[in-house]
Amino acid sequence: MLVHLRRSIVMALIAFVFFGFVYAFVGTGVAQVLFKHQADGSIGANGSMLIGQNWTSPKYFHGRPDDAGPYAANPKAKIAGGDNPLVANGSSGESGATNLGPRSKVLVANTKALIAYWHTMGVNPTSDLVTTSGSGYDPDITPADALVQIPMVSKATGIAPSRLRTLIAKETQGQELGFLGSSYIDVLQLNEALAALH
Amino acid sequence: MGYFWTILTLVVALGLTWRYLGSYMAAVFDGRVHWLGWVERPVYRALGTNPEQEQTWKRYAASLVVFSGVSIAVTYLLLRIQGSLPLNPQHLGAVGNALSFNTASSFVTNTNWQNYGGETTMSYFSQIGALTVQQFVSPAVGIAAAIALVRGFSRRNSATIGNFWVDLVRCMFYILLPIAFVAGIIFVGQGAVQTLSGTVSVHDALNGVTQTIARGPIGFMEAIKQLGTNGGGFLNANSATTFENPTPLTNWLSIYLLLAIPFALTYTFGKMVGSIRHGRALLAAMVIIFGVWVGFTSYSEHQGNPAVAAAGITHQPTGNTEGKEVRFGDTSTALFGVASTNTSTGSADASYDSFTPIGGFGLLTGMMLGEVTPGGTGSGLYTILIYAIIAVFIGGLMIGRTPEYLGKKIQAKEVKLAGLGSLIMPLIVLVFTGIAVSVHAGRIGPLNAGPHGFTEILYGLTSQGNNNGSAFGGLTGNTPFYNVVGAIDMLIGRFGIIIPALALGGSLAAKNVVPESLGTFRTDNTMFVGLVIGVIVIIGGLTFFPAISLGPIVEQLSHGKFF
Repeated sequence: MLVHLRRSIVMALIAFVFFGFVYAFVGTGVAQVLFKHQADGSIGANGSMLIGQNWTSPKYFHGRPDDAGPYAANPKAKIAGGDNPLVANGSSGESGATNLGPRSKVLVANTKALIAYWHTMGVNPTSDLVTTSGSGYDPDITPADALVQIPMVSKATGIAPSRLRTLIAKETQGQELGFLGSSYIDVLQLNEALAALH
Repeated sequence: MGYFWTILTLVVALGLTWRYLGSYMAAVFDGRVHWLGWVERPVYRALGTNPEQEQTWKRYAASLVVFSGVSIAVTYLLLRIQGSLPLNPQHLGAVGNALSFNTASSFVTNTNWQNYGGETTMSYFSQIGALTVQQFVSPAVGIAAAIALVRGFSRRNSATIGNFWVDLVRCMFYILLPIAFVAGIIFVGQGAVQTLSGTVSVHDALNGVTQTIARGPIGFMEAIKQLGTNGGGFLNANSATTFENPTPLTNWLSIYLLLAIPFALTYTFGKMVGSIRHGRALLAAMVIIFGVWVGFTSYSEHQGNPAVAAAGITHQPTGNTEGKEVRFGDTSTALFGVASTNTSTGSADASYDSFTPIGGFGLLTGMMLGEVTPGGTGSGLYTILIYAIIAVFIGGLMIGRTPEYLGKKIQAKEVKLAGLGSLIMPLIVLVFTGIAVSVHAGRIGPLNAGPHGFTEILYGLTSQGNNNGSAFGGLTGNTPFYNVVGAIDMLIGRFGIIIPALALGGSLAAKNVVPESLGTFRTDNTMFVGLVIGVIVIIGGLTFFPAISLGPIVEQLSHGKFF
């Protein structure tokens, strides 16, 4: 028995050093050399293109609602300091979904509130725009989700709908490699391109 | 159409992996591969083990159990003293007693059930030194046990079934490490984060939003999380987050990685016992069940969400979008879910709790089949071999002959061990679910009301008993009750099957081989594949049918009713 115990402790120590720290540190080194921008979080001038933000102005396209953010519980309330999807302290900052089931009364009520919110913005929403994502900060929308927002953006900015449609088409990333996943648009990139048109 | 190509490319990639990784793994465990000998030999010296010296099944099992016990103790200790350790830029304090016990049991048993939110609970030190380590170690332990059982079939009149330390070390260095490292680079290249610099604060001048974004050494953990069918991610929302699973390509890669080893091990099995046909028969049983589950789960998720329809949006061309990410889409998310629950991985690229009733049924029953289609790394193979022995026994009863599998007589002792190994999981899952719904501490867990709330409890205990680790996330698991019951569920679900499997290996290895005759019941043809599928579905399906009826089936049938 003692020999099993001794070997187990030695093995645990070797694994701790090698498969923990050597693996993670060498991996970090390689990642930082080869893909520094991605490894640091794909952060640009206005935030990370991989983390959704809370857009409230009708001058910009909006992303999907956050599970804990201003939409889901109360569509019109604003959270102090904006939407902090990944803030490191406090449960409201954890990534995550609503976890509401497909026959949940709460989900019906939340969805109705979100539909009403979009109607006040002059938008007839798609299902993506009234449901929360798995992470709570989905950075993307589908082209259809962007197209239904054209009346809102066009009215607030004065940019012609046809120009907005061209912009959406230009910012649409087709399915990866032509067949994987969905066709989608990064909301931050779309709005940065839109700001250039303003 | 895109989904068709997604599946086709996966089938081709996995087919090649089955053939070549399968044969490579056989070579690794037969000791025919030596390119990392310079790393291996010093490890054996430090362990004080002679790699040529083999163990009886009892010594093999003792090494495995003691090592797992030490791993739990070390992991528990590291989480408890987290606050005093370095690499903690967020200054997170010690993890609580019950949560540490649950988490340590979870990662050591290859479950990766997470009762905590990663970014707000675990320091970088804990993620690296406690959790990622076990993501290499626990799949290697499972694979070692599977190989030991396979040696029971491939050897004759042998008292030993291999050396646990050698199998463990070779598996980690020769198989897991190289694949995980390459996959890690791809994950980061696509956008997964890999840094030790802590959180970053960003300000968007366009909308006035300021964000504090949690980061960490995520990309490389992601690679071994999927490859080792672990499933425990760095962040709370797991593979749904862009920092863990940034693009549709990484989603495809995740599905590939978590299916690669479990499927390929059937080739390894065939190669080691000298009959690829036998490996192919097990593969066929796995693939047929897996395919059916992918089919109806994807179809169901494409149908849209009933609550969203009730709120007024009946036209849902992108399927059920609640809890799903736009970039993956409904069907690829369903495929990920089925792959994750049928492999005992438990990673999630969406909120499984918000799947449609039949979609959720697909995930739940994928686990209830015993994690054999194709199951976890190693655990899938040893569990399906247990089912195969039961199938052989039933086949033998039908034709009135002493059953044999690969020339080994299956006698009372083997059938008893196989019975024990196959019944322990349904027993613990149903008993613990019964306890949880009977006591107040259990009933306050679910977030959702009605049948869905019951499904959350059943799902949680099924997931832990099967060492899967995925969750219907609405269940509040971080309570003393669920932490402790869950940990016991995971430990019995792991070692309650590994020990009978090793005993089977020992008992079979000691037997001689009966020469094949005309009357031998064939165990490599279509008939046998059907029999194995029957055993898997009957043990899983019939045992759990009453429980499933109260959950997803009631939910599906209650048209127009909301809870």
